[in-house]
Amino acid sequence: MNASGLSEFMAMGGHGFYVWTSYVVAAVAVVFEIVAVRARLRAAVKSALRPDRAVSVPDDTQ
Amino acid sequence: MSSIAWFRLASPASFFPLARRLVPWFSAGAAVLAVTGLWLGLLVAPTDAQQGDAYRIIFIHVPAAWMSMFIYIVMAFWCAVSLTFNTRLAAMLAQALAPTGAMFTVLALVTGAMWGKPAWGTYWAWDARMTSELILLFLYFGYMALSHAIDDPRRADRASALLALVGAINVPIIYFSVKWWNTLHQGASVSLTSAPTMAATMLTGMLIMAFAAWFYAIAIALLRVQAIIVEREKNFRWSGELLRWIR
Repeated sequence: MNASGLSEFMAMGGHGFYVWTSYVVAAVAVVFEIVAVRARLRAAVKSALRPDRAVSVPDDTQ
Repeated sequence: MSSIAWFRLASPASFFPLARRLVPWFSAGAAVLAVTGLWLGLLVAPTDAQQGDAYRIIFIHVPAAWMSMFIYIVMAFWCAVSLTFNTRLAAMLAQALAPTGAMFTVLALVTGAMWGKPAWGTYWAWDARMTSELILLFLYFGYMALSHAIDDPRRADRASALLALVGAINVPIIYFSVKWWNTLHQGASVSLTSAPTMAATMLTGMLIMAFAAWFYAIAIALLRVQAIIVEREKNFRWSGELLRWIR
């Protein structure tokens, strides 16, 4: 693909904004979800590894 | 004996290693399918005679819309299993699916707006298809909010499962809305009973993207259910080996 071919590809026949917004939003959503779920699993495991987790008391009782 | 082994999988702690093993396979499948589908959709499929290149949103929009409905049905199925057999794992699987279903619903709505502007001249209309899809998003949010709002997890499972099951009536309404009402939205893109109306590369690209979305949803739900299992099975004695495996 040469330079003019690439700019033509990006322009999407004048609909580039709508097409690329759709693809970028989808990509961002998927990457965000993967990062968030991996972080959640890591946090859950960390908390499960803490030896004191069985006796943890919620502090809204004070 | 085999039936005993099968039922052992219904225990969250036994299901955990299986989920762990399946994630890389579904992730790799999703990646290969997505690259193939994007190549077909963006580089191979021809420009549409009527819509120009704006139609290429279809490769995101239709898979996202299908998944938004399909994930809801699977989620409602696990809610029904959880209510009927009172199994923890079924409720956990439903909870693991909900955020991904909501994500695909948002994508269907956003990409629909992005397609609506060049195709119809408006980002949004209160027609039956779009309104019922928006209600689907609120059902996902309601299910997630309710399952987090009740402190006792088993009670939260039952209440949210009931909400999900009642809300399932919305899925056939979304699907058939374009037939039942006179909508701005076009009819079904793919029919099993009639010949395809679009170019073969367009249809193939769209179906491959749909399979990519399917594999992705399975992979991410199996990853999220691991987190839910570790969060909720507080009484299970996680062996050091299992926890080291996660790193």
